[in-house]
Amino acid sequence: MKTIPVETTINGDSTEFLCNADESLLDVLRDRLGLTGAKEGCGTGDCGACSVMMNGRLVCSCLVLGVETQGAEIETIEGMAKGEELHPLQRVFLEEAALQCGVCTPGILIAAKALLEKNPDPTDTEVRYWLAGNLCRCTGYDKIIKAVQTAAAEMRSA
Amino acid sequence: MRYVKPESFEAAATLLRDEDGISRILAGGTDVLVQLKAEMVEPDLMVDLKHLPGMREIVAEDGGFRIGAAVSGAELGEHAALKALWPGVVEGVELIGSSQVQSRATMAGNLCTGSPAGDSVPAMVTAGAVARVQGPDGVRDVPVIDIPTGPGKNSLSKGEFITSIYLPARPARAADAYLRFIPRTEMDIAVSSAAVSLELDADGVVTSAQVALGAVAPTVLLVKDAGEALVGSKLDETAIAALVSAVEAACNPITDKRGTIEFRTKTAGVLAKRAAHIAYTRAGGQA
Repeated sequence: MKTIPVETTINGDSTEFLCNADESLLDVLRDRLGLTGAKEGCGTGDCGACSVMMNGRLVCSCLVLGVETQGAEIETIEGMAKGEELHPLQRVFLEEAALQCGVCTPGILIAAKALLEKNPDPTDTEVRYWLAGNLCRCTGYDKIIKAVQTAAAEMRSA
Repeated sequence: MRYVKPESFEAAATLLRDEDGISRILAGGTDVLVQLKAEMVEPDLMVDLKHLPGMREIVAEDGGFRIGAAVSGAELGEHAALKALWPGVVEGVELIGSSQVQSRATMAGNLCTGSPAGDSVPAMVTAGAVARVQGPDGVRDVPVIDIPTGPGKNSLSKGEFITSIYLPARPARAADAYLRFIPRTEMDIAVSSAAVSLELDADGVVTSAQVALGAVAPTVLLVKDAGEALVGSKLDETAIAALVSAVEAACNPITDKRGTIEFRTKTAGVLAKRAAHIAYTRAGGQA
């Protein structure tokens, strides 16, 4: 299959890659660009482990073709910390142990950040609905919701 | 698979018509890319239309709104004027999938994918929405209800695709509502669903009513006599009882893992009743 050249911006860096027409953005990130933070859980848009931002919108990177990202702005979990300094969500998830195996965590952090940018003071119900597309099979979600709320409060007072 | 972004709608239609192999149209990709992954389909040609003029725009037109076929659920939900005019249509679209899916999924895709349970479809039908269809021989306007023909099937011919959906103007005292039954609170497929659109006079009497059902037949159902049952009423008990029996009589569902024939029929009636009350209140009626 002929590969297609694509120019895009990932975490602020202009990036060029070649990919097949039927290759997902998730496969491009993981297998061609070495950005393995986004995970493949289901590959069909149900689990949210592959969540990234594309042009300011939260998407499942398994449900985007690599070729569709021509000219797009992509943000992945690798761009969330500023150098050594973790994003408040990342830090609070560690402090409050809002993860166990961690496979869902990058997607949940990206999704939670997208929520707080839209709605800095969500109710628990709003957090739960927003994160309904991010499945976690370990935690039972309670610690995740609490950690998002702790980080949100901290970000509001910052 | 070839991936093509055509220069124009006409070029896209010709390309799709002339393709000998399997072709697919890419808008939100939330169905097509799942089918690809599952190897349910291996297209030879994928045509991306999102970059073409108007595809990502919501434009006011003759008191209503023309919604580009690639406008996502999230974009629709953020459009205050559209939400105010057709709240039931927007709430139907917003029920589709997760936050992630909302960023990409489209009404036109939900319609063309042909699921009997498509959440955006019943309210589009009660709104009298019209799809603008581009084909190799030009453009035609098709009422939304005439698009789905059965599970996974639609009435578009080879080379045709939807470029926009038009939601018409409506009088001041009018509103719609959509409800579905799912066993969870989020991220599920309707077991049954109902949309109701109402127009009221100054006294709050229903002057016009449309009722449509999802997931209780091979395609969405517009139940004319269920709508007529409400006309001339303020949704009193007699009118509601007539609505419910017309809805139940129209249901023609299947039994599957998500619900039985009896359950789907019963819940469709209940949802229609509740949606009617919500639409009535939204339209400014006081029972």
